[in-house]
Amino acid sequence: MLFADPIAAGPAAIPQDRRALVSLRDVRKSYGAFEVLKGISLDVGKGEVACIIGPSGSGKSTLIRCINGLSPIQDGSITVDGQEVNDPKLDKLSLRRKVGIVFQQYNLFPHKTVLENVMLAPLKVLREPRAQVEERALSLIAKVRLTGKERAYPGELSGGQQQRVAIARSLAMRPEVMLFDEVTAALDPETVKEVLATIRELAAEGMTCILVTHEMGFAREVAHHVYFTDGGVIVEDGPPDRIFREAQDPRTRQFLSQVL
Amino acid sequence: MRQPAFQLGMARLRDGGVLRGLRAWHVAVVLLALAVSLAAAATRLGTLGSPSSALAALIDYAPFILRGFALNLAMSVLAMAIATVLGIGLGLMQISEAPLIRLPARFVTHLLRNSPWLVILFLVMYLLPIEIRLPGGGRIPLPDWVKATLAFALPVMGNISEILRGAVRLIPTGQWESAEGLAFTRGQTLRYIILPQCIRRGIPPWMNWYALLTLSTPMASIFSVHEAVSNAQASMEAAGARPELLLPFYLFLLCLFFVYIYPIAVWTRLLERRYAVR
Repeated sequence: MLFADPIAAGPAAIPQDRRALVSLRDVRKSYGAFEVLKGISLDVGKGEVACIIGPSGSGKSTLIRCINGLSPIQDGSITVDGQEVNDPKLDKLSLRRKVGIVFQQYNLFPHKTVLENVMLAPLKVLREPRAQVEERALSLIAKVRLTGKERAYPGELSGGQQQRVAIARSLAMRPEVMLFDEVTAALDPETVKEVLATIRELAAEGMTCILVTHEMGFAREVAHHVYFTDGGVIVEDGPPDRIFREAQDPRTRQFLSQVL
Repeated sequence: MRQPAFQLGMARLRDGGVLRGLRAWHVAVVLLALAVSLAAAATRLGTLGSPSSALAALIDYAPFILRGFALNLAMSVLAMAIATVLGIGLGLMQISEAPLIRLPARFVTHLLRNSPWLVILFLVMYLLPIEIRLPGGGRIPLPDWVKATLAFALPVMGNISEILRGAVRLIPTGQWESAEGLAFTRGQTLRYIILPQCIRRGIPPWMNWYALLTLSTPMASIFSVHEAVSNAQASMEAAGARPELLLPFYLFLLCLFFVYIYPIAVWTRLLERRYAVR
């Protein structure tokens, strides 16, 4: 499934099983007195691609970090595959094995080669045999089209290449859902395409993806569902065609008129 | 960009570029210093009578002083090894998430860093017994040079602890976040991701403290540890305790330390400059 042929453009058909893989209910989070998330609810089904758009400071990145427990929430509930993320008894390891995350700044390990970056977590966290991990790592590196760069250090790669290594590194843990936190925001326009192509392939293969993005064209193309957030709430959500063509809320319309 | 500079630095390290950086003029400075000191010694000998005997005394006693210097080096290496191991332990305690571990470690670190080395030396020399009795009846003797070594290790240990804490703090938070996102535990993150990146930042200050430590070992002469300065003083006594001996003997000591320490200092500066380009 992971290595299926890439399908061209357009969101893949959502599988029949629409049981929510990721589910947020009235999630609230504050930094001190400042409330960043003021009651967010959303459901992302298995194989679904959800895009979160909205102005800077609307809490998009915070929201995505809450999903794998990087950022604790004050109220509400987040479940991933039925596991309550903020349950103090939760095995964080089992949660994070299911949820991969890719950051704006790639955050590759600068002292490790590309291959080592991809292999480190499966070797040390999952304690899988080296030969098996290496085989998977090499095919993931091929998948993100970086064959030949296995021995390179992150500092020797372009931003787009580093970001694709970061995606491969995350996939090496065989997650069930991938979170992308503005992964193209720090890239040159020409390398943005390479990264988006990689994500598009993943989405087409049925990987559940939640993206925070400023790439409206991309969101419109790959998303099954788009959420527009502003001021810590979801102002409007729906299929991309409806949001981008006939948004109801004036805030959504104003935002889209500025960015499109 | 941070990473390319790092890669470049690592590549140069592998090529031995750092050693090539010790240029001819560094060697020249060392030789010049030796020449000046010998000339000065000769001048003193010329003006203050019994010239042949003072120089002859230095030559006579040089092997004895050099044997003492070997002890300075042994104490410095041993003290640095102890300071490194304990300092890293203390530094790891300093970055612990548990206040019960972190706060005492921080206190000990600051105490060791901010005490005069001489006071620590006196404390250790007078507080430690001359031997340790083992429960089985065995005895481990603690000669003065061993106690002095422990005393020199303590302040450096505090500083290494602080180097580690500082280096860990300088690692971008993104490294911690991505490790956390990949399900690494805190211990695994430190071991595989954070600490390996701290080594290169820590090496220049670590070498700096080694140089300072070596330069402090003559303090052990206060307790008649037979290191270079102590042996030089004994030699001067034996040679008649004449004033004209002072300059050549002490210049010889300065040269010994200079020839050993200066290349380390130059190398440290090179590494610092290399790692500063980030």
